[in-house]
Amino acid sequence: MTEIDKKQDRSLVPSAFEYAPALESRDLVKLEDRYGLFIGGEFVEPRSGEFHPSVSPSSEEELADVAYGGAEDVDAAVGAARDAFENGWSSWPAGERAKVIYRIARILQERAREFAVLESLDGGKPIRESRDVDLPLAAAHFFYYAGWADKLEYAFPNRTPRPLGVAAQVIPWNFPMLMLAWKVAPALAAGNTVVLKPAETTPLTALLFADVLRQAQVPPGVVNIVTGDGRAGSELVKHPDVDKVAFTGSTEVGKEIQRALAGTKKKLTLELGGKAANVIFDDAPLDQAVEGIVNGIYFNQGHVCCAGSRLLVQESIYDQTIQKLKRRMSNLRVGDPLDKNTDIGAINSKAQLERIQELVRSGEEEGADVFQPECRLPEKGWWFAPTVFTNVAQSYRIAQEEIFGPVLSVLTFRTPDEAVEKANNTPYGLAAGVWTEKGSRILSMAQRLRAGVVWANTYNRFDPTSPFGGYKESGFGREGGLHGLEAYVRFD
Amino acid sequence: MAQAPALPHGFELPLLPRLPKIGSVDQVAIEERAATLAKRSIKRESKLFALELAVRMTDLTTLEGSDTPGKVAALASKAIRPDPVDPTIPSVAAVCVYPNLVPHALERVKDTGVKVASVATAFPSGQSPTDIKVEDARRAAELGAHEIDMVIDRGAFLSGNYAKVYDEVRQVKEAIGGAHLKVILETGELGTYDNVRRASLLAIAGGADFVKTSTGKINPAATLPVTLVMLEAVRDVFEETGKRIGVKPAGGIRRAKQAVQYLVVVNETLGPEWLTPDLFRFGASSLLNDLLLQIRKEKTGRYQSPDYFTLD
Amino acid sequence: MTRLPVAKTYKLFIGGAFPRSESGRSYEIEGANVALGSRKDVRDAVRTAREAFPKWAGMTAYNRGQVLYRVAEMMEGRRAQFEELVGSQAEVDAAIDTWVWYAGWADKLAQVLGTSNPVAGPYFNFTIPEPTGVAGIVAPEEPPLLGLVERVAPALVGGNAVVVLASERRPLAAITLAEVLATSDVPGGTVNVLTGRKSELCPVLAGHMDVNALDLAGIVGDSTELERLAADNVKRVVRNGDGYSPWHAAAFLELKTVWHPIGV
Repeated sequence: MTEIDKKQDRSLVPSAFEYAPALESRDLVKLEDRYGLFIGGEFVEPRSGEFHPSVSPSSEEELADVAYGGAEDVDAAVGAARDAFENGWSSWPAGERAKVIYRIARILQERAREFAVLESLDGGKPIRESRDVDLPLAAAHFFYYAGWADKLEYAFPNRTPRPLGVAAQVIPWNFPMLMLAWKVAPALAAGNTVVLKPAETTPLTALLFADVLRQAQVPPGVVNIVTGDGRAGSELVKHPDVDKVAFTGSTEVGKEIQRALAGTKKKLTLELGGKAANVIFDDAPLDQAVEGIVNGIYFNQGHVCCAGSRLLVQESIYDQTIQKLKRRMSNLRVGDPLDKNTDIGAINSKAQLERIQELVRSGEEEGADVFQPECRLPEKGWWFAPTVFTNVAQSYRIAQEEIFGPVLSVLTFRTPDEAVEKANNTPYGLAAGVWTEKGSRILSMAQRLRAGVVWANTYNRFDPTSPFGGYKESGFGREGGLHGLEAYVRFD
Repeated sequence: MAQAPALPHGFELPLLPRLPKIGSVDQVAIEERAATLAKRSIKRESKLFALELAVRMTDLTTLEGSDTPGKVAALASKAIRPDPVDPTIPSVAAVCVYPNLVPHALERVKDTGVKVASVATAFPSGQSPTDIKVEDARRAAELGAHEIDMVIDRGAFLSGNYAKVYDEVRQVKEAIGGAHLKVILETGELGTYDNVRRASLLAIAGGADFVKTSTGKINPAATLPVTLVMLEAVRDVFEETGKRIGVKPAGGIRRAKQAVQYLVVVNETLGPEWLTPDLFRFGASSLLNDLLLQIRKEKTGRYQSPDYFTLD
Repeated sequence: MTRLPVAKTYKLFIGGAFPRSESGRSYEIEGANVALGSRKDVRDAVRTAREAFPKWAGMTAYNRGQVLYRVAEMMEGRRAQFEELVGSQAEVDAAIDTWVWYAGWADKLAQVLGTSNPVAGPYFNFTIPEPTGVAGIVAPEEPPLLGLVERVAPALVGGNAVVVLASERRPLAAITLAEVLATSDVPGGTVNVLTGRKSELCPVLAGHMDVNALDLAGIVGDSTELERLAADNVKRVVRNGDGYSPWHAAAFLELKTVWHPIGV
């Protein structure tokens, strides 16, 4: 068994072929040196006067200076959103509102490559993912919700839906553009205006999005972008003139927000953490199931709220599954996010890396067995090799706490009942995976798993038409689909 | 592993401890995996290595009713020396012909290292009585073919008569003496990836040295996902028994780029040990010239024209 | 001397191409010679529609929505030509916006029309809409552009292939629309536009055994005989429909219900 080497420098797995760095060009992206806040349709200096650089986690390069908004800035942004709401946006004919949102979708499609490169640069995820998953889905979300803008009465039979007003939206760093789309698209479709607070470590694609708003001729103040850290987020959700709060992030912060909003009339939706179980039965198509496990936890470096971070494998196929898994892990390439051959990119920040390291240490200390394939990790930047723990007990921290990194914990079960029990034995309830050939078992597991999303014989599939959200401490409310509209309307 | 008893009527391989479980294959996942592997981009130096390896892995094929000794002579010359201008280009692995042409092919490739493979067992349909098919294979081996490419009885397979399929493979293996046996599954007729996996394991249990996708006479012939399914079956056999079986995609591989994609799939599924003509072959004809074109392009830096490469 | 303009030849639109009528006939209308379609043209159009149907129906709903939106984009770019033909900016606005409206329905029909049904037993049961196949549509005489768009878009959005008989008295807008369709990534054969005498062509379309649905909103007066012909292969006949509703689209959709047990 390999010990985790702090230096993390090991020789490459021998391969007959050397894969060429197939680098996507950075030239596509024009970065400013410095970005203000996007309020009322233009970039303005932050009243807080505070700027900090946004750093590329794969190289530690400083990409641009970004404003950190304070209380006054948040107030200005909410004011601009309120203005835009009262004076026009909410009374636009719905069909015209739809066409503006369609324009956003089309422009995102046209500029997809530019956004994908910036996303990988600022956030660390492989270009293959930002190019093939994040951006197409983001554009598709705008496209989908544009279509609802003038059809709301069909989504809510017998009710007259109306916009709420100003929506405060706080998004995380793991899928910056996609989370932006998940929040902004339905809000606009329902006739609301928005103040968006991007994550501290990934502001750049949101700031570039302001340019899309310009090209689409979205009226000033309809979407406002206030960059910054937790302070700006806190000011925003607590602002008295906000009608709706939507938050995606850690369960801890989600609870704080829920507490802060207690007693107010603000509508709230939360999309929080998870510790999803990926359950493999002995009749699963095994090679494809292993592919699914790998996708479930190593996709996006495991920075996924719905990551399949617990593997529940039926004991009768344990040896075979683990052997195939380890073999498959040895083919994973960790490296430059802009390289098209890269499977696993950089860890988003130093803080996140430290958290992952701490939890992994705890796993070893508590007695689990660790495996990492040989991996040469780059000198600069923040990296973590794909890791799997076997001999894990339910009570270990690595089986209970969300690691949010490329770390899988393996547990076994004997019967479907035991699988359900173990899968549900967590305060979280965001997602689950089931791998089996048998249709009735898929449906029975889906029925009994306490999770907002159940993936059967697949994992990490997203679609704008498919509602996403959690049970229990993974949050409440759904994003995507017809159901995703509900959070952004009120009924007379 | 060769001593399997007669198979029971339903499709379950005998519960010998060292055979892999048959299991199933998820279509969506396997196609996606193949598509992702196809996007790998390899270094220039590795590309040249891959292209020359692909040449060495080619079974240069002619299987027409109109084949003559003259045609086979030309094919064999090409097989031995694919590029008259560039003597560093290696010979291909084998020429693949109908039984009648075996002696002519042998004549031409004598002392060159190029093998002669013969199709047999009522190729391509396999729709003849078993004893005739076995005799067909035996004769081809007696005529001197180093390798025999047989077809499985798809009619038997699809009607559930797996014992017959298994038995014919076993009998052919016995009849051809020391010759090397490739078993063609005709994946385009099998309908599902589950069936491809089953047929692969069945053929291997019967004694195949290689499992081959297609006769090249129908569409679809070889595809990346089908080949991946077969490679995964071969991997499972290796894990269970330690025995290495080869894989040969045939038909429909015309471009060098495709060939390289196949090699990437082999590399990532089975590892570098399988990247040898002893364990992987391409059944192709027009592929060879495209490989030569690309090799010359890599070496000279200039895009090439087919005019500069001989047809045969 | 003023420059001589190059006058357009108005032909049929079948299989993504613009052939003349196989009968070689034409009629003069709106200042141009327009193809006078024949029963064999109807036959050819239905055949290519049938061939095109699996591809169009097999596209994801998202893709179909994108294609319909593209039609709107292309129309917007050529609006001057349409305005000249129909003499109304408002009609052209409405026609383009109708394409946009229906584009947005493509990936939502299943959510509004489909259901998951709580049957009284351990079964998972769901109902989904599917396109019926080839729809024959008789476009209204007026308005020449909007009338056609309002009948064709709802049939198309759910995945059906369409054969439409244009307005007899004002066919030019329909053929111009066909030119837009030909450049909008609509797969060839998905929409086919025929011009000619309705009295000659409607019975052929209504009686064609390989047409699954028939929209007769464009028939003025008695359509009894056509409805009788339609009964020979139990076509779904649409007489009204408001032209602006997912339930209009539903008239061209079948509903499939699937059961599966739930158990270990």
